[in-house]
Amino acid sequence: MSDSMQTLEKHTKSEYKYGWTSDIEMDTIPKGLSEDVVRMISAKKNEPQWLLDWRLEAFRIWSEMKEPDWAKLNINPIDYQDIIYFAAPKKQPKLNSLDEADPELLRTFERLGIPLNEQKVLAGVAVDAVIDSVSVTTTFKEKLSELGIIFCSFSEAVQEHPELVKEYIGSVVPRNDNYFAALNSAVFSDGSFCYIPKGVHCPMELSTYFRINAANTGQFERTLIVAEDDSYVSYLEGCTAPMRDENQLHAAVVEIFAKDRAFVKYSTVQNWYPGDKDGKGGVYNFVTKRGLCDGYRSRISWTQVETGSAITWKYPSCVLKGNESIGEFYSIAVTNNHQQADTGTKMTHLGKNTKSTIISKGISAGRSQNSYRGLVKIAKKAENARNFSECDSLLMGDRCGAHTFPYIEIENQSGKVEHEATTSKIGADQMFYCTQRGLSDEDAINLIVNGYCKEVFNELPMEFAVEAQKLLEISLEGSVG
Amino acid sequence: MLKIKDLRASVEDTEILKGVNLEIKPGEVHAIMGPNGSGKSTLGFVLAGKDDYEVTGGTIEFKGQDLLELDPDERAREGVFLGFQYPVEIPGVSNSNFLKMIVNSMRKARGEKELDSLEMLKLLKEKLATLGMNINMLKRSLNDGFSGGEKKRNEILQMAVLEPTLAILDETDSGLDIDALKVVADGVNSMRSEDRGFLIITHYQRLLNYIVPDVVHVLVDGKIVKSGDKNLALELEDKGYDWIKENKAAQPA
Repeated sequence: MSDSMQTLEKHTKSEYKYGWTSDIEMDTIPKGLSEDVVRMISAKKNEPQWLLDWRLEAFRIWSEMKEPDWAKLNINPIDYQDIIYFAAPKKQPKLNSLDEADPELLRTFERLGIPLNEQKVLAGVAVDAVIDSVSVTTTFKEKLSELGIIFCSFSEAVQEHPELVKEYIGSVVPRNDNYFAALNSAVFSDGSFCYIPKGVHCPMELSTYFRINAANTGQFERTLIVAEDDSYVSYLEGCTAPMRDENQLHAAVVEIFAKDRAFVKYSTVQNWYPGDKDGKGGVYNFVTKRGLCDGYRSRISWTQVETGSAITWKYPSCVLKGNESIGEFYSIAVTNNHQQADTGTKMTHLGKNTKSTIISKGISAGRSQNSYRGLVKIAKKAENARNFSECDSLLMGDRCGAHTFPYIEIENQSGKVEHEATTSKIGADQMFYCTQRGLSDEDAINLIVNGYCKEVFNELPMEFAVEAQKLLEISLEGSVG
Repeated sequence: MLKIKDLRASVEDTEILKGVNLEIKPGEVHAIMGPNGSGKSTLGFVLAGKDDYEVTGGTIEFKGQDLLELDPDERAREGVFLGFQYPVEIPGVSNSNFLKMIVNSMRKARGEKELDSLEMLKLLKEKLATLGMNINMLKRSLNDGFSGGEKKRNEILQMAVLEPTLAILDETDSGLDIDALKVVADGVNSMRSEDRGFLIITHYQRLLNYIVPDVVHVLVDGKIVKSGDKNLALELEDKGYDWIKENKAAQPA
């Protein structure tokens, strides 16, 4: 093994920083999934009948579906009867006051760097904090409501704004869309809801922070963002989980609905527990994220930095229905040790003069497998649709894999699709050049990787970009030589 | 400052350096000339500590310590600088950011205070002016899409900000037009000082018109076969390398 390979080996043994657990008194329901469990969840959340019916229908659909197996992933069989579908802290803050919250819970978020006390919160970022199955609190709600912006937990939206939830839930990701979306629709527990009225430019970043804490618990949150005509919102999502030996299932659904000239920017920094260096434990991250550019000149932009999870399986997608609408996907997916990622996007061009851009940067280290899977579809009526895709893979070491699966379906000949793909290894020459100038191996790696990812970092909101860079450095600690 | 004794080095089991002896004292400029494939660049890489170059014999002493014991970054922080014949491109990393990083890592190693962005910019502007370089160069990605001349000037810029004790310049003159060559030579000359040594690796004598060396060595087939003053370079320019090769062949083994 060459020196550089040894350096790489050394580096891949970094520890997961967020792996601790909190001792919070929890209200959980028994393991297992059945119609009764679906009813129980709905009852716990005091939901209206229509929503219970919606869930039950989803459960029926799910029961008849089969787990998909087309991704390039190696998944231990999931026993859906061995999962707890609802876990919530017993002492929940009421009326948005944190006084009654379990102090341990507040400490949990403090420790994650997400203080829930508004005075301490980063100015300019409103946070909805979700632990296990429920949202704990949402900051800056009042300030936002002055502008007519609704930003609250999904459960609250069901109570306070049922008409909006009823209109849009499942409008972008229908219950029968796929196996995990159906499962989520049946048992989803909480998540965030966001509504931006006509002409409003949301003045702060909206953010949801997800934390899995309880053992043997699945997390099934649902996020719904509706942007009316001429509105703008930038939305951030972050997540972590404790280190546990068993795999934990996270099957979320995110729906974005953008009307005329609305612009929604959705950024994710995903840092679920990836499992230990031998591949034990870790979160299964099976997520359905889709945005519908329904309106004329609407625009949805997905930016994701994926560093966590044992298995990631997600394809944030855009349906470009409105004429001249724009879909964007910027992604950095890092896999290390035994992690597996099968991620990418789907850009479905339905309207005229629609445009999409895909920039995907995969980084594989250790024995990990990293796949980009993307579909660009140009439908019959999509005159003059344009797509540009760039998929780059960076390999660190010689035991990891990078794969690219681009699918292109064109039904309208006026469409133009460009695809570029590169695979490179962190070059020994680049490393030597940097170290010759006095940089340590680690600094050199970080520099090269950051340079490689720059196009995507540029898309992230400022504070987040810094965070993401740090996260990348931690994930790859020592990964290259 | 630098003492190389009977240095032997191989690349993929092929011996390239076959017993090199060389001593550079502070303040001296040495030139190494030689035909293609004689081992000139290998000498530079071995001094800088590149991975694939295996030292099979001999010693290198630098400022009293065993250079071969140090990793490339440690050597660099001790003051060894290698100007690359083919500088490497690193996309997405801005030149200014790179310069700031390397300067601060060097300052840290020397126990000096790191420079903030303003101080750095001041330093860079000053150096750019002396090198006749455009400030726009700082914004571009490191060597990415640079012309040959720009890359070489960028190497000199890095050398200027790092202020090494020993600067090895590997064919810095190759691919340069006469104007660029002068800029590079001026850069080197302005840095000549009592406590700094230079090892200029070149194929042609041309550069040595502008950087006048104290000692010229001729490297043939992994060995220094002749050393002399600057006139040796002129003689080589005149006669080519063949006469030295023949002389060497004529010498008893």
